[in-house]
Amino acid sequence: MTALRVLRLVARRPTGAFGLVWLGLLTVGAVVSLFWTPFDPQRTDPGSAWLLPFTDGHVLGTDRIGHDQFSQLLVGARETLVVAVCSALVAAVVGLALGLVAALGPRWVGFSAVALIDILVAFPTLLLAMVLAAVYGSSLGTVVVAIGIGFGVAVARVARAEITAVRGTDYVLAARVGGAGTGRIIRRHLLPNIAPTLIVQLSLVMALAVLVEAALTYLGYGSAPSSPSWGGMLHEQQAHIAARPLLVIWPGLAVALTVLAFNLLGDALREATDPRLVRTR
Amino acid sequence: MTFWLLRRVALFAVSLLVASVLVFALLRLLPGDVAATIAGTDATPQRLAAIRAELGLDRSLPAQYGSWLAGVLRGDFGTSQLNGASVSAELGRKLSVTAPLVLGGALLAVLVALPFGVLAAVRNRTFVGTGISAVSQVGIAVPTLWLGLVLVLVFSVQLGALPAQGFPVDGWADPGSAVRSLVLPWVALGLTEGAVLLRFVRSAVLGVLHSDFLRTARAKGLTRGQALRAHGFRNAALPVVSVLGVQLATLIVGAVVVERVFTLPGVGSMLVVDVGNRDLVKVQGEVFLVVAAVLVISLLVDVAHRLIDPRLREVR
Repeated sequence: MTALRVLRLVARRPTGAFGLVWLGLLTVGAVVSLFWTPFDPQRTDPGSAWLLPFTDGHVLGTDRIGHDQFSQLLVGARETLVVAVCSALVAAVVGLALGLVAALGPRWVGFSAVALIDILVAFPTLLLAMVLAAVYGSSLGTVVVAIGIGFGVAVARVARAEITAVRGTDYVLAARVGGAGTGRIIRRHLLPNIAPTLIVQLSLVMALAVLVEAALTYLGYGSAPSSPSWGGMLHEQQAHIAARPLLVIWPGLAVALTVLAFNLLGDALREATDPRLVRTR
Repeated sequence: MTFWLLRRVALFAVSLLVASVLVFALLRLLPGDVAATIAGTDATPQRLAAIRAELGLDRSLPAQYGSWLAGVLRGDFGTSQLNGASVSAELGRKLSVTAPLVLGGALLAVLVALPFGVLAAVRNRTFVGTGISAVSQVGIAVPTLWLGLVLVLVFSVQLGALPAQGFPVDGWADPGSAVRSLVLPWVALGLTEGAVLLRFVRSAVLGVLHSDFLRTARAKGLTRGQALRAHGFRNAALPVVSVLGVQLATLIVGAVVVERVFTLPGVGSMLVVDVGNRDLVKVQGEVFLVVAAVLVISLLVDVAHRLIDPRLREVR
C-alpha cells in the first residue's frame, strides 16, 4: 500500500480527518510564527494588559503584562511540534535498535536486552526528563532525548514482539533458504512488515510526548523560560485564575486538541493499515 | 507456583539492583558537585576539599555506591547534602500525602473505568457506547494539570466549595480537612487515568464478547449477562490487570505534577525542589523510591496474572 493511498484512507475517516486538519493548521501556524505573529509575543505592554478576547486585535486577549495570548500560543506550538516529532524519531531509533537486538541477537544477548527493557520501562519518562534536566540543564535537546529514550523502551517491547513473530514466518525462512543475509532480511522483510505497527506506536508516542512536554514546561524544565510554551503559559496564568479564567483555558485547550489529534490519527492509521480491520468494514 | 514465585522474586531483586546502579550512575553525570553550592562563590580550594571529605565525595564511586546501597537496604536514604536532615524522615512525612493521593486516584480510576468500560463494550455501536468512547478519548487527551486547574476554577473559584490548594499544616490530625484538600487532586488524577483504563476495559470486554467460548455459553442458554459474569470477566481481567499496573506507575508520576498544581507537600513537590537545588543524595533516594515502587507493582501484576489465569500455572 502506497503512502498516498494510506493517507487517503485516513483522511476519509472523520477521526483521521480531524487529526490531519488540526495538526496541519498547527504546523502552518508554527511555521508562520517564525516570520510573523500578530503581536510580538515577548513584548510587555502595560497599556494593553488584561484585554478580553477580540479587543484591539488581540484575538485571545492579553495577560497581566500585555502579552498577546494568540501570538504566545503560535510560538508555543513550535516547541510542542518539534518535541513531538523529534522525540518520536529518537524513540523509533532506540526502539528499533533495542528491539532488533532483543529479537535477533544470540540467546544471552536477547535475554539481557529483554531484562534491560523491563528495568528501563520502570523509569518514568517525566522523572527521567527532570533528572536529565538537572544534570545537563534545561534545554529542548534534553527534553527530546529524555522523552525519546523514555518512550523508546516501550516501543522496543512492541518492536521485539513484532520482529519475533515475523522472523518465524515461512517467507522469511524462504528468503534465508534463498541465501539472503541477515541485513537483507531485516531491510526487505522485517522492517516493511513491522512498519505499520511501528508508525501507529509512534503517533501515540507523539501524543504522550505533547503531554509530557506540557508537564515539563509547567514545572519549569522546558527550553529557556523566556520563550513561550504551552505548559509555561499554564504555569504563569495559574496565579490569576480567579481574575482571568480564560487565560488558563487557551493553552490547556491547545494541548488537549493536539493530543487528541495525534491519538485519533493513530487510530485512523491503524484502521487504514490493518487488513483484519479493513475487511470487517 | 512456589518455584515460579521464587524465580520471579529473584528476578525482581536483580532488577532492583540494576535499577539502583542506573539511578546512582545517572546522577553522577552531574558536572560540578554540591560542595561548590554549599561553599559559595568565594570558597578556597581547602574549604571545598573539606566539604567534599565531610560529605564523602572524595571517595571512589564504587565506595560511595556501596555505602549508599547499604544504607538503603536498612531503610536509611542518607542525609541531605544541603542541610544535613535525614532523607528517610522527610520521605516518610511526604509519603503520608503522596500515598493516599496515588491510591485514592487509582481507586477512583477503577471505579470510573470498570462500569463505564463494560457498558461501552456491551452497548458497542449504540448511542451510549459511542458516547462513552468519545468522552474517554477526550479524557485521555486532557492534561492532568489542566483538568486540575479547571476543577479549581469551578469548585474553588466559582463555587467556593473546596480548597484550591494546600494541605493542613498538621497533616492528618484533622482528617476532615485533609480529605477536603485531596478531593480535587483525586478527581484530576482519577478521571484522566480512568479514561485510559476505560479504553482497555472496553476493548478487553469487546474481545471476550466475540470469543467462541462466550458464543458456546450463549448457545447453552445463558443470557449475555450470565455468560459474561460466569466466563467473560475473568478472561477480560487479564489485560486490564496489566494495564492497571502500568497505570499505577503513571499515577505516581502524575502525582508529581498534581502536587505542584495543588501545592501539596508530597514526594513530587519534594523532588521538584531537590532537583532545583541539585541535592544529589535526596534526588537519588526519591528517584530510586519511585522506580522501586514501579518494580514492586509489576511484580504484583505478574502474581495477580497467575492467580487469575490457571493456564499460566499449569504450563511452566
